[in-house]
Amino acid sequence: MPETALVREQMRRSLVIARKDIRIYYSKGPVIIFGVLFPVFLFLSFTIGRHLSVDFMIPGLLGMVLFFTATSISPIVVPWEAQAKTLERLMSCPVRIETIIVGDILASFAFGLGISLVPIILGLFLGITVASPLIFAIAVILAALCFASLGPVFSIPPTNLPATINMIASVVKFPVVFISGIFIPLDELPAWGQAVAYISPLTYFTDIARYSIQGRGHLPVAVDLLALLAFTSLFLVVALKLHQKTMPRRI
Amino acid sequence: MNNDVAIQVANLSKYYGQLLAVDHISFTVGRGELFGFLGPNGAGKTTTVRMLTGVVIADEGSASILEYKAGSLKAKQVTGVVPEMANAYADLSGWDNLMLMAELYGIPASVARERGISLMQEMGLYPRKHSLVKTYSKGMKQRLILCMALVSDPEVLFLDEPTSGLDVQSARLIKDLLQSLNAKGKTIFLTTHDMDEANQLCDRVAIIDKGNIVAIDAPEKLRMATSGMHSVEVSFDNMVSPEVLANIPGVNAVKKLGDKYRLYTANPGELVVSLANYSSSHGLKVISLNILVPSLEDAFVALTEKETEHA
Repeated sequence: MPETALVREQMRRSLVIARKDIRIYYSKGPVIIFGVLFPVFLFLSFTIGRHLSVDFMIPGLLGMVLFFTATSISPIVVPWEAQAKTLERLMSCPVRIETIIVGDILASFAFGLGISLVPIILGLFLGITVASPLIFAIAVILAALCFASLGPVFSIPPTNLPATINMIASVVKFPVVFISGIFIPLDELPAWGQAVAYISPLTYFTDIARYSIQGRGHLPVAVDLLALLAFTSLFLVVALKLHQKTMPRRI
Repeated sequence: MNNDVAIQVANLSKYYGQLLAVDHISFTVGRGELFGFLGPNGAGKTTTVRMLTGVVIADEGSASILEYKAGSLKAKQVTGVVPEMANAYADLSGWDNLMLMAELYGIPASVARERGISLMQEMGLYPRKHSLVKTYSKGMKQRLILCMALVSDPEVLFLDEPTSGLDVQSARLIKDLLQSLNAKGKTIFLTTHDMDEANQLCDRVAIIDKGNIVAIDAPEKLRMATSGMHSVEVSFDNMVSPEVLANIPGVNAVKKLGDKYRLYTANPGELVVSLANYSSSHGLKVISLNILVPSLEDAFVALTEKETEHA
Protein backbone atom coordinates (compact mmCIF):
# COMPACT_ATOMS: atom_id res chain seq x y z
CA MET A 1 0.00 0.00 0.00
CA PRO A 2 1.45 3.42 -0.91
CA GLU A 3 2.53 5.51 2.07
CA THR A 4 -0.13 8.21 1.49
CA ALA A 5 -2.93 5.64 1.40
CA LEU A 6 -1.50 4.06 4.54
CA VAL A 7 -1.40 7.42 6.30
CA ARG A 8 -5.01 8.11 5.26
CA GLU A 9 -6.07 4.71 6.54
CA GLN A 10 -4.27 5.21 9.87
CA MET A 11 -5.80 8.70 10.14
CA ARG A 12 -9.27 7.17 9.77
CA ARG A 13 -8.42 4.74 12.56
CA SER A 14 -7.20 7.65 14.71
CA LEU A 15 -10.66 9.17 14.28
CA VAL A 16 -12.20 5.87 15.38
CA ILE A 17 -10.00 5.95 18.50
CA ALA A 18 -10.92 9.62 19.11
CA ARG A 19 -14.62 8.78 18.88
CA LYS A 20 -14.11 5.91 21.31
CA ASP A 21 -12.29 8.24 23.75
CA ILE A 22 -15.03 10.85 23.57
CA ARG A 23 -17.73 8.25 24.24
CA ILE A 24 -15.90 6.56 27.08
CA TYR A 25 -13.92 9.31 28.78
CA TYR A 26 -15.24 12.74 27.79
CA SER A 27 -19.02 12.38 27.46
CA LYS A 28 -19.51 12.10 31.19
CA GLY A 29 -21.45 14.77 33.04
CA PRO A 30 -18.86 15.16 35.83
CA VAL A 31 -15.97 15.46 33.31
CA ILE A 32 -17.76 18.22 31.39
CA ILE A 33 -18.90 20.07 34.50
CA PHE A 34 -15.48 19.80 36.13
CA GLY A 35 -13.87 20.86 32.82
CA VAL A 36 -15.75 24.17 33.03
CA LEU A 37 -16.05 24.71 36.78
CA PHE A 38 -12.46 24.05 37.83
CA PRO A 39 -10.75 26.69 35.65
CA VAL A 40 -13.64 29.13 36.23
CA PHE A 41 -13.35 28.93 40.01
CA LEU A 42 -9.55 29.01 39.90
CA PHE A 43 -9.76 32.08 37.70
CA LEU A 44 -12.36 33.79 39.90
CA SER A 45 -10.29 33.18 43.02
CA PHE A 46 -7.48 35.28 41.53
CA THR A 47 -9.57 37.99 39.89
CA ILE A 48 -12.48 38.77 42.22
CA GLY A 49 -11.97 42.05 44.02
CA ARG A 50 -9.36 43.34 41.55
CA HIS A 51 -11.87 45.42 39.54
CA LEU A 52 -10.65 44.03 36.21
CA SER A 53 -12.49 44.75 32.98
CA VAL A 54 -14.42 42.04 31.15
CA ASP A 55 -12.16 42.63 28.13
CA PHE A 56 -9.17 41.72 30.31
CA MET A 57 -10.83 38.83 32.11
CA ILE A 58 -12.32 36.88 29.18
CA PRO A 59 -9.03 36.23 27.29
CA GLY A 60 -7.47 34.95 30.52
CA LEU A 61 -10.49 32.84 31.38
CA LEU A 62 -10.61 31.44 27.86
CA GLY A 63 -6.90 30.60 27.99
CA MET A 64 -7.30 28.79 31.30
CA VAL A 65 -10.40 26.86 30.25
CA LEU A 66 -8.82 25.80 26.97
CA PHE A 67 -5.54 24.85 28.65
CA PHE A 68 -7.10 22.86 31.49
CA THR A 69 -9.77 21.08 29.43
CA ALA A 70 -7.50 20.15 26.52
CA THR A 71 -4.97 18.66 28.96
CA SER A 72 -7.46 17.18 31.46
CA ILE A 73 -8.12 13.65 30.21
CA SER A 74 -5.53 13.02 27.49
CA PRO A 75 -2.65 12.41 29.93
CA ILE A 76 -4.51 9.64 31.71
CA VAL A 77 -6.15 7.78 28.81
CA VAL A 78 -3.13 5.57 28.10
CA PRO A 79 -2.36 4.62 31.75
CA TRP A 80 -6.08 4.17 32.33
CA GLU A 81 -6.37 1.78 29.41
CA ALA A 82 -3.27 -0.10 30.50
CA GLN A 83 -4.73 -0.47 33.99
CA ALA A 84 -8.15 -1.50 32.64
CA LYS A 85 -6.45 -4.09 30.38
CA THR A 86 -7.88 -2.62 27.19
CA LEU A 87 -4.59 -1.22 25.88
CA GLU A 88 -3.14 -4.59 24.86
CA ARG A 89 -6.23 -5.34 22.79
CA LEU A 90 -5.92 -1.92 21.13
CA MET A 91 -2.19 -2.36 20.45
CA SER A 92 -2.75 -5.73 18.80
CA CYS A 93 -5.10 -4.11 16.25
CA PRO A 94 -3.62 -2.97 12.93
CA VAL A 95 -2.89 0.51 14.21
CA ARG A 96 0.44 2.17 14.86
CA ILE A 97 1.27 3.54 18.30
CA GLU A 98 1.25 7.00 16.67
CA THR A 99 -2.31 6.30 15.49
CA ILE A 100 -3.42 5.63 19.07
CA ILE A 101 -1.76 8.81 20.37
CA VAL A 102 -3.13 10.95 17.53
CA GLY A 103 -6.59 9.55 18.31
CA ASP A 104 -6.19 10.56 21.96
CA ILE A 105 -5.02 14.03 20.88
CA LEU A 106 -7.97 14.48 18.50
CA ALA A 107 -10.46 13.60 21.25
CA SER A 108 -8.80 16.05 23.61
CA PHE A 109 -8.73 18.71 20.87
CA ALA A 110 -12.48 18.31 20.24
CA PHE A 111 -13.24 18.43 23.97
CA GLY A 112 -11.10 21.54 24.52
CA LEU A 113 -12.63 23.27 21.51
CA GLY A 114 -16.17 22.42 22.61
CA ILE A 115 -15.70 23.59 26.20
CA SER A 116 -13.92 26.79 25.08
CA LEU A 117 -17.24 27.89 23.60
CA VAL A 118 -18.52 28.41 27.17
CA PRO A 119 -16.23 31.38 28.04
CA ILE A 120 -16.53 32.73 24.46
CA ILE A 121 -20.34 32.74 24.66
CA LEU A 122 -20.14 34.14 28.21
CA GLY A 123 -17.86 36.93 26.95
CA LEU A 124 -20.16 37.77 24.05
CA PHE A 125 -23.10 37.81 26.48
CA LEU A 126 -21.15 40.24 28.71
CA GLY A 127 -20.57 42.53 25.76
CA ILE A 128 -17.04 41.80 24.51
CA THR A 129 -16.37 42.24 20.81
CA VAL A 130 -13.90 40.23 18.83
CA ALA A 131 -12.00 42.63 16.62
CA SER A 132 -10.26 39.95 14.52
CA PRO A 133 -12.59 36.94 14.38
CA LEU A 134 -10.51 35.00 11.85
CA ILE A 135 -7.26 35.37 13.78
CA PHE A 136 -9.14 34.60 16.98
CA ALA A 137 -10.66 31.42 15.49
CA ILE A 138 -7.29 30.27 14.13
CA ALA A 139 -5.69 30.94 17.52
CA VAL A 140 -8.37 28.99 19.43
CA ILE A 141 -8.06 26.01 17.06
CA LEU A 142 -4.25 26.07 17.10
CA ALA A 143 -4.12 26.46 20.88
CA ALA A 144 -6.60 23.59 21.37
CA LEU A 145 -4.37 21.39 19.20
CA CYS A 146 -1.24 22.58 21.00
CA PHE A 147 -2.60 21.88 24.49
CA ALA A 148 -4.16 18.58 23.36
CA SER A 149 -0.72 17.53 22.08
CA LEU A 150 0.83 18.44 25.42
CA GLY A 151 -1.49 15.99 27.27
CA PRO A 152 0.15 12.77 26.02
CA VAL A 153 3.60 14.21 26.77
CA PHE A 154 2.70 13.94 30.47
CA SER A 155 1.85 10.24 30.08
CA ILE A 156 5.16 9.23 28.50
CA PRO A 157 6.55 7.67 31.74
CA PRO A 158 5.38 4.05 31.53
CA THR A 159 3.44 3.93 34.76
CA ASN A 160 -0.07 2.54 34.71
CA LEU A 161 -1.23 4.65 37.65
CA PRO A 162 -3.36 7.55 36.40
CA ALA A 163 -2.83 9.32 39.74
CA THR A 164 0.94 9.45 39.16
CA ILE A 165 0.47 10.93 35.69
CA ASN A 166 -2.07 13.42 37.06
CA MET A 167 0.48 14.52 39.64
CA ILE A 168 3.15 15.01 36.95
CA ALA A 169 0.65 16.99 34.84
CA SER A 170 -0.40 19.17 37.79
CA VAL A 171 3.21 19.97 38.66
CA VAL A 172 3.57 21.47 35.18
CA LYS A 173 0.08 22.84 34.52
CA PHE A 174 -0.42 25.00 37.61
CA PRO A 175 2.85 26.98 37.37
CA VAL A 176 2.20 27.46 33.63
CA VAL A 177 -1.07 29.26 34.41
CA PHE A 178 0.74 31.75 36.66
CA ILE A 179 3.53 32.59 34.21
CA SER A 180 1.40 33.05 31.10
CA GLY A 181 0.05 36.57 31.45
CA ILE A 182 -3.38 35.44 32.56
CA PHE A 183 -3.54 37.24 35.88
CA ILE A 184 -0.82 39.84 35.24
CA PRO A 185 -0.39 41.27 31.72
CA LEU A 186 2.99 40.54 30.10
CA ASP A 187 3.73 44.30 29.88
CA GLU A 188 3.60 44.54 33.66
CA LEU A 189 5.96 41.60 34.27
CA PRO A 190 9.66 42.27 35.02
CA ALA A 191 12.16 41.21 32.37
CA TRP A 192 12.90 37.90 34.06
CA GLY A 193 9.13 37.26 34.35
CA GLN A 194 8.69 37.88 30.64
CA ALA A 195 11.58 35.55 29.85
CA VAL A 196 9.91 32.81 31.89
CA ALA A 197 6.55 33.56 30.24
CA TYR A 198 7.99 32.91 26.79
CA ILE A 199 8.60 29.24 27.61
CA SER A 200 4.85 28.71 28.10
CA PRO A 201 2.63 28.06 25.05
CA LEU A 202 -0.31 29.49 26.99
CA THR A 203 1.41 32.91 26.94
CA TYR A 204 1.11 33.12 23.16
CA PHE A 205 -2.55 32.13 23.11
CA THR A 206 -3.42 34.60 25.88
CA ASP A 207 -1.57 37.28 23.94
CA ILE A 208 -3.54 36.62 20.72
CA ALA A 209 -6.80 36.47 22.68
CA ARG A 210 -5.99 39.86 24.23
CA TYR A 211 -5.12 41.23 20.79
CA SER A 212 -8.41 39.91 19.35
CA ILE A 213 -10.59 41.15 22.22
CA GLN A 214 -8.73 44.11 23.77
CA GLY A 215 -7.23 45.24 20.46
CA ARG A 216 -3.63 45.11 21.68
CA GLY A 217 -1.12 42.36 22.33
CA HIS A 218 2.40 42.25 23.71
CA LEU A 219 3.89 40.37 20.76
CA PRO A 220 3.14 40.52 17.04
CA VAL A 221 0.31 38.13 16.10
CA ALA A 222 2.55 36.30 13.63
CA VAL A 223 5.05 35.57 16.42
CA ASP A 224 2.25 34.25 18.67
CA LEU A 225 0.92 31.99 15.91
CA LEU A 226 4.37 30.73 14.95
CA ALA A 227 5.20 30.05 18.59
CA LEU A 228 1.97 28.07 19.03
CA LEU A 229 2.75 26.15 15.85
CA ALA A 230 6.29 25.44 17.04
CA PHE A 231 5.08 24.23 20.47
CA THR A 232 2.43 22.03 18.78
CA SER A 233 5.06 20.45 16.54
CA LEU A 234 7.42 19.92 19.47
CA PHE A 235 4.75 18.29 21.66
CA LEU A 236 3.56 16.10 18.78
CA VAL A 237 7.05 14.87 17.91
CA VAL A 238 7.97 14.21 21.55
CA ALA A 239 4.67 12.43 22.31
CA LEU A 240 4.69 10.30 19.17
CA LYS A 241 8.37 9.33 19.37
CA LEU A 242 8.56 8.61 23.09
CA HIS A 243 5.26 6.74 23.37
CA GLN A 244 6.64 4.35 20.76
CA LYS A 245 9.34 3.45 23.25
CA THR A 246 7.30 3.45 26.45
CA MET A 247 3.89 2.10 25.41
CA PRO A 248 5.07 -1.54 24.99
CA ARG A 249 6.57 -1.30 28.50
CA ARG A 250 3.11 -0.70 29.96
CA ILE A 251 1.99 -4.21 28.99
CA MET B 1 9.00 -18.97 2.83
CA ASN B 2 6.93 -22.10 2.50
CA ASN B 3 3.28 -21.27 1.75
CA ASP B 4 2.20 -24.00 4.14
CA VAL B 5 3.71 -22.11 7.06
CA ALA B 6 1.45 -19.68 8.92
CA ILE B 7 3.77 -18.71 11.77
CA GLN B 8 7.55 -18.84 11.59
CA VAL B 9 9.68 -18.05 14.61
CA ALA B 10 13.48 -17.96 14.49
CA ASN B 11 15.72 -17.32 17.50
CA LEU B 12 13.15 -15.07 19.14
CA SER B 13 14.34 -13.61 22.46
CA LYS B 14 13.10 -11.14 25.01
CA TYR B 15 14.88 -9.70 28.03
CA TYR B 16 13.21 -7.94 30.93
CA GLY B 17 16.18 -6.21 32.49
CA GLN B 18 18.62 -9.01 33.29
CA LEU B 19 15.97 -11.72 33.00
CA LEU B 20 15.94 -13.66 29.77
CA ALA B 21 12.19 -14.29 29.53
CA VAL B 22 12.28 -15.96 26.10
CA ASP B 23 15.53 -17.62 25.08
CA HIS B 24 16.15 -17.85 21.32
CA ILE B 25 13.12 -20.01 20.54
CA SER B 26 12.41 -21.30 17.05
CA PHE B 27 9.39 -23.16 15.68
CA THR B 28 6.89 -23.11 12.86
CA VAL B 29 3.13 -23.49 12.80
CA GLY B 30 1.52 -24.81 9.64
CA ARG B 31 -1.45 -23.20 7.92
CA GLY B 32 -4.67 -24.59 9.30
CA GLU B 33 -2.93 -26.05 12.33
CA LEU B 34 -4.27 -25.80 15.87
CA PHE B 35 -1.06 -25.34 17.80
CA GLY B 36 -0.91 -25.51 21.58
CA PHE B 37 1.67 -23.55 23.58
CA LEU B 38 2.05 -24.96 27.07
CA GLY B 39 4.22 -24.07 29.98
CA PRO B 40 4.19 -23.33 33.70
CA ASN B 41 3.59 -19.80 35.00
CA GLY B 42 6.41 -17.46 34.04
CA ALA B 43 7.71 -19.81 31.35
CA GLY B 44 7.48 -17.18 28.60
CA LYS B 45 4.17 -18.11 26.94
CA THR B 46 2.50 -14.72 27.15
CA THR B 47 5.69 -12.85 26.25
CA THR B 48 5.98 -15.02 23.13
CA VAL B 49 2.37 -14.31 22.15
CA ARG B 50 2.91 -10.60 22.76
CA MET B 51 5.97 -10.60 20.51
CA LEU B 52 4.08 -12.46 17.80
CA THR B 53 1.11 -10.09 17.99
CA GLY B 54 3.31 -6.98 17.95
CA VAL B 55 2.45 -5.73 21.42
CA VAL B 56 5.97 -6.27 22.76
CA ILE B 57 9.12 -5.81 20.70
CA ALA B 58 11.54 -8.76 20.51
CA ASP B 59 15.14 -8.06 21.46
CA GLU B 60 16.58 -10.68 19.12
CA GLY B 61 15.41 -13.01 16.40
CA SER B 62 12.55 -12.72 13.98
CA ALA B 63 9.00 -13.92 13.49
CA SER B 64 6.52 -13.77 10.66
CA ILE B 65 2.80 -14.31 10.29
CA LEU B 66 1.70 -15.44 6.84
CA GLU B 67 4.95 -14.06 5.41
CA TYR B 68 4.49 -10.64 7.05
CA LYS B 69 6.88 -9.47 9.75
CA ALA B 70 5.26 -10.09 13.14
CA GLY B 71 4.04 -6.81 14.58
CA SER B 72 3.72 -5.11 11.19
CA LEU B 73 0.36 -3.62 10.22
CA LYS B 74 -0.07 -6.31 7.54
CA ALA B 75 0.59 -9.09 10.04
CA LYS B 76 -1.85 -7.53 12.51
CA GLN B 77 -4.46 -7.16 9.77
CA VAL B 78 -4.55 -10.94 9.19
CA THR B 79 -4.44 -11.76 12.90
CA GLY B 80 -7.11 -11.98 15.58
CA VAL B 81 -6.01 -11.81 19.21
CA VAL B 82 -7.53 -12.83 22.50
CA PRO B 83 -4.94 -11.50 24.97
CA GLU B 84 -4.52 -12.89 28.45
CA MET B 85 -6.68 -10.98 30.95
CA ALA B 86 -7.81 -8.51 28.29
CA ASN B 87 -10.97 -6.55 28.79
CA ALA B 88 -13.50 -5.07 26.47
CA TYR B 89 -14.49 -1.45 27.14
CA ALA B 90 -16.78 -1.71 30.16
CA ASP B 91 -18.59 1.57 29.37
CA LEU B 92 -19.54 0.48 25.86
CA SER B 93 -22.10 -2.14 24.95
CA GLY B 94 -20.99 -5.51 23.62
CA TRP B 95 -22.18 -4.51 20.15
CA ASP B 96 -20.30 -1.18 20.24
CA ASN B 97 -17.11 -2.98 21.30
CA LEU B 98 -17.52 -5.31 18.36
CA MET B 99 -18.14 -2.51 15.87
CA LEU B 100 -15.19 -0.54 17.30
CA MET B 101 -12.92 -3.51 16.59
CA ALA B 102 -14.35 -3.84 13.07
CA GLU B 103 -13.62 -0.15 12.40
CA LEU B 104 -10.07 -0.51 13.70
CA TYR B 105 -9.57 -3.38 11.23
CA GLY B 106 -11.13 -1.33 8.42
CA ILE B 107 -14.04 -3.73 7.90
CA PRO B 108 -16.91 -2.19 5.89
CA ALA B 109 -19.87 -1.40 8.15
CA SER B 110 -22.36 -3.70 6.37
CA VAL B 111 -19.95 -6.67 6.54
CA ALA B 112 -19.16 -5.88 10.19
CA ARG B 113 -22.85 -5.79 11.10
CA GLU B 114 -23.52 -9.11 9.39
CA ARG B 115 -20.52 -10.79 11.06
CA GLY B 116 -21.31 -9.18 14.39
CA ILE B 117 -24.84 -10.55 14.45
CA SER B 118 -23.67 -14.01 13.43
CA LEU B 119 -20.84 -14.11 16.00
CA MET B 120 -22.96 -12.80 18.86
CA GLN B 121 -25.69 -15.33 18.06
CA GLU B 122 -23.14 -18.16 17.94
CA MET B 123 -21.65 -17.06 21.28
CA GLY B 124 -25.05 -16.61 22.92
CA LEU B 125 -24.58 -12.86 23.40
CA TYR B 126 -27.09 -11.51 20.90
CA PRO B 127 -29.96 -10.97 23.37
CA ARG B 128 -27.60 -8.80 25.50
CA LYS B 129 -25.84 -7.05 22.63
CA HIS B 130 -26.92 -3.55 23.72
CA SER B 131 -26.09 -4.07 27.42
CA LEU B 132 -23.00 -2.36 28.75
CA VAL B 133 -20.06 -4.75 29.10
CA LYS B 134 -19.77 -3.89 32.80
CA THR B 135 -23.03 -5.81 33.29
CA TYR B 136 -21.64 -8.95 31.60
CA SER B 137 -20.44 -12.01 33.52
CA LYS B 138 -16.81 -13.12 33.17
CA GLY B 139 -17.82 -15.85 30.72
CA MET B 140 -19.82 -13.38 28.62
CA LYS B 141 -16.89 -10.94 28.56
CA GLN B 142 -14.53 -13.66 27.39
CA ARG B 143 -16.98 -14.76 24.68
CA LEU B 144 -17.27 -11.13 23.60
CA ILE B 145 -13.48 -10.78 23.41
CA LEU B 146 -13.41 -13.85 21.19
CA CYS B 147 -16.11 -12.27 18.98
CA MET B 148 -13.97 -9.09 18.84
CA ALA B 149 -11.00 -11.17 17.69
CA LEU B 150 -13.09 -12.84 14.99
CA VAL B 151 -15.02 -9.89 13.58
CA SER B 152 -12.21 -9.24 11.06
CA ASP B 153 -12.37 -12.91 9.94
CA PRO B 154 -8.61 -13.37 10.60
CA GLU B 155 -6.53 -16.10 9.00
CA VAL B 156 -4.51 -16.60 12.17
CA LEU B 157 -5.93 -16.50 15.67
CA PHE B 158 -3.87 -16.09 18.85
CA LEU B 159 -5.56 -17.02 22.10
CA ASP B 160 -3.82 -16.63 25.44
CA GLU B 161 -5.56 -18.75 28.09
CA PRO B 162 -9.01 -18.17 26.56
CA THR B 163 -10.88 -20.53 28.88
CA SER B 164 -8.99 -19.81 32.09
CA GLY B 165 -11.36 -19.45 35.04
CA LEU B 166 -14.52 -19.76 32.95
CA ASP B 167 -17.68 -21.69 33.74
CA VAL B 168 -18.09 -25.03 32.00
CA GLN B 169 -20.65 -23.78 29.45
CA SER B 170 -18.57 -20.79 28.35
CA ALA B 171 -15.42 -22.91 28.13
CA ARG B 172 -17.28 -25.54 26.12
CA LEU B 173 -18.71 -22.90 23.77
CA ILE B 174 -15.27 -21.44 23.13
CA LYS B 175 -13.67 -24.85 22.58
CA ASP B 176 -16.41 -25.85 20.14
CA LEU B 177 -15.95 -22.60 18.24
CA LEU B 178 -12.18 -23.13 18.05
CA GLN B 179 -12.70 -26.61 16.64
CA SER B 180 -15.15 -25.32 14.06
CA LEU B 181 -12.82 -22.46 13.07
CA ASN B 182 -9.96 -24.90 12.73
CA ALA B 183 -12.12 -27.16 10.58
CA LYS B 184 -12.66 -24.15 8.29
CA GLY B 185 -8.89 -23.86 7.86
CA LYS B 186 -8.04 -21.12 10.35
CA THR B 187 -4.64 -21.33 12.01
CA ILE B 188 -4.96 -21.21 15.78
CA PHE B 189 -2.17 -20.56 18.28
CA LEU B 190 -3.49 -21.45 21.71
CA THR B 191 -1.68 -21.01 25.00
CA THR B 192 -3.25 -22.92 27.84
CA HIS B 193 -2.64 -24.43 31.25
CA ASP B 194 -5.35 -26.96 30.65
CA MET B 195 -3.75 -30.21 29.52
CA ASP B 196 -7.07 -31.81 28.66
CA GLU B 197 -7.94 -28.83 26.51
CA ALA B 198 -4.60 -29.05 24.69
CA ASN B 199 -4.99 -32.80 24.31
CA GLN B 200 -8.50 -32.51 22.90
CA LEU B 201 -7.93 -29.55 20.59
CA CYS B 202 -4.34 -29.34 19.41
CA ASP B 203 -2.69 -30.94 16.39
CA ARG B 204 0.71 -30.24 17.95
CA VAL B 205 1.88 -28.70 21.17
CA ALA B 206 5.07 -26.93 22.17
CA ILE B 207 6.15 -26.99 25.79
CA ILE B 208 8.09 -23.95 26.94
CA ASP B 209 9.90 -23.75 30.25
CA LYS B 210 12.15 -20.96 31.52
CA GLY B 211 12.03 -19.36 28.11
CA ASN B 212 13.17 -22.49 26.24
CA ILE B 213 11.14 -24.83 24.08
CA VAL B 214 11.63 -28.26 25.67
CA ALA B 215 9.44 -30.27 23.31
CA ILE B 216 7.28 -29.89 20.22
CA ASP B 217 5.16 -32.75 18.96
CA ALA B 218 1.65 -34.13 18.65
CA PRO B 219 0.09 -34.57 22.12
CA GLU B 220 -0.20 -38.33 21.63
CA LYS B 221 3.43 -38.67 20.58
CA LEU B 222 4.57 -36.58 23.53
CA ARG B 223 2.63 -38.80 25.90
CA MET B 224 3.99 -42.00 24.44
CA ALA B 225 7.55 -40.68 24.23
CA THR B 226 7.67 -40.01 27.94
CA SER B 227 9.65 -43.11 28.89
CA GLY B 228 9.20 -44.50 32.34
CA MET B 229 5.93 -42.61 32.80
CA HIS B 230 3.68 -45.65 32.16
CA SER B 231 2.11 -46.82 35.35
CA VAL B 232 0.02 -49.52 36.93
CA GLU B 233 -2.51 -48.63 39.59
CA VAL B 234 -3.19 -51.43 42.03
CA SER B 235 -5.04 -51.94 45.30
CA PHE B 236 -4.89 -54.96 47.62
CA ASP B 237 -7.23 -56.26 50.31
CA ASN B 238 -4.50 -55.62 52.91
CA MET B 239 -2.02 -52.82 53.54
CA VAL B 240 1.31 -53.24 51.77
CA SER B 241 4.37 -51.14 52.43
CA PRO B 242 5.35 -48.88 49.47
CA GLU B 243 8.99 -49.84 50.10
CA VAL B 244 8.15 -53.48 49.46
CA LEU B 245 6.35 -52.63 46.22
CA ALA B 246 9.31 -50.52 45.13
CA ASN B 247 11.47 -53.67 45.28
CA ILE B 248 9.35 -55.53 42.73
CA PRO B 249 11.40 -55.87 39.50
CA GLY B 250 10.56 -53.22 36.89
CA VAL B 251 9.13 -50.65 39.33
CA ASN B 252 10.76 -47.22 38.93
CA ALA B 253 8.75 -45.36 41.55
CA VAL B 254 5.76 -45.80 43.85
CA LYS B 255 3.12 -43.24 44.76
CA LYS B 256 0.40 -43.90 47.34
CA LEU B 257 -2.98 -42.56 46.28
CA GLY B 258 -5.55 -43.20 49.01
CA ASP B 259 -6.02 -46.98 49.24
CA LYS B 260 -4.23 -47.50 45.91
CA TYR B 261 -0.63 -47.48 44.75
CA ARG B 262 0.60 -46.13 41.46
CA LEU B 263 3.69 -47.99 40.30
CA TYR B 264 5.69 -46.28 37.53
CA THR B 265 7.40 -48.57 35.03
CA ALA B 266 8.83 -48.74 31.56
CA ASN B 267 7.11 -52.08 30.95
CA PRO B 268 3.58 -52.26 32.34
CA GLY B 269 2.87 -55.74 30.88
CA GLU B 270 5.75 -57.37 32.77
CA LEU B 271 4.85 -55.47 35.94
CA VAL B 272 1.28 -56.85 35.88
CA VAL B 273 2.71 -60.37 35.82
CA SER B 274 5.12 -59.51 38.66
CA LEU B 275 2.26 -58.08 40.73
CA ALA B 276 0.15 -61.18 40.17
CA ASN B 277 3.08 -63.36 41.32
CA TYR B 278 3.74 -61.10 44.31
CA SER B 279 0.10 -61.14 45.48
CA SER B 280 -0.25 -64.92 45.19
CA SER B 281 3.06 -65.56 46.96
CA HIS B 282 2.13 -63.19 49.82
CA GLY B 283 -1.50 -64.27 50.18
CA LEU B 284 -2.85 -60.92 49.00
CA LYS B 285 -5.98 -60.40 46.92
CA VAL B 286 -5.88 -57.81 44.15
CA ILE B 287 -8.99 -55.57 44.48
CA SER B 288 -8.34 -53.51 41.36
CA LEU B 289 -5.61 -53.21 38.75
CA ASN B 290 -5.39 -50.67 35.92
CA ILE B 291 -2.70 -49.95 33.37
CA LEU B 292 -2.36 -46.20 32.84
CA VAL B 293 -0.69 -44.59 29.85
CA PRO B 294 0.98 -41.25 30.63
CA SER B 295 -1.25 -38.21 30.23
CA LEU B 296 -0.15 -35.04 28.51
CA GLU B 297 0.08 -33.61 32.00
CA ASP B 298 2.56 -36.36 32.95
CA ALA B 299 4.58 -35.55 29.85
CA PHE B 300 4.42 -31.84 30.69
CA VAL B 301 5.55 -32.41 34.28
CA ALA B 302 8.32 -34.78 33.20
CA LEU B 303 9.63 -32.41 30.55
CA THR B 304 9.52 -29.31 32.71
CA GLU B 305 11.05 -31.14 35.68
CA LYS B 306 13.83 -32.41 33.44
CA GLU B 307 14.48 -28.81 32.42
CA THR B 308 14.62 -27.78 36.09
CA GLU B 309 17.16 -30.55 36.85
CA HIS B 310 19.33 -29.42 33.91
CA ALA B 311 19.21 -25.86 35.21
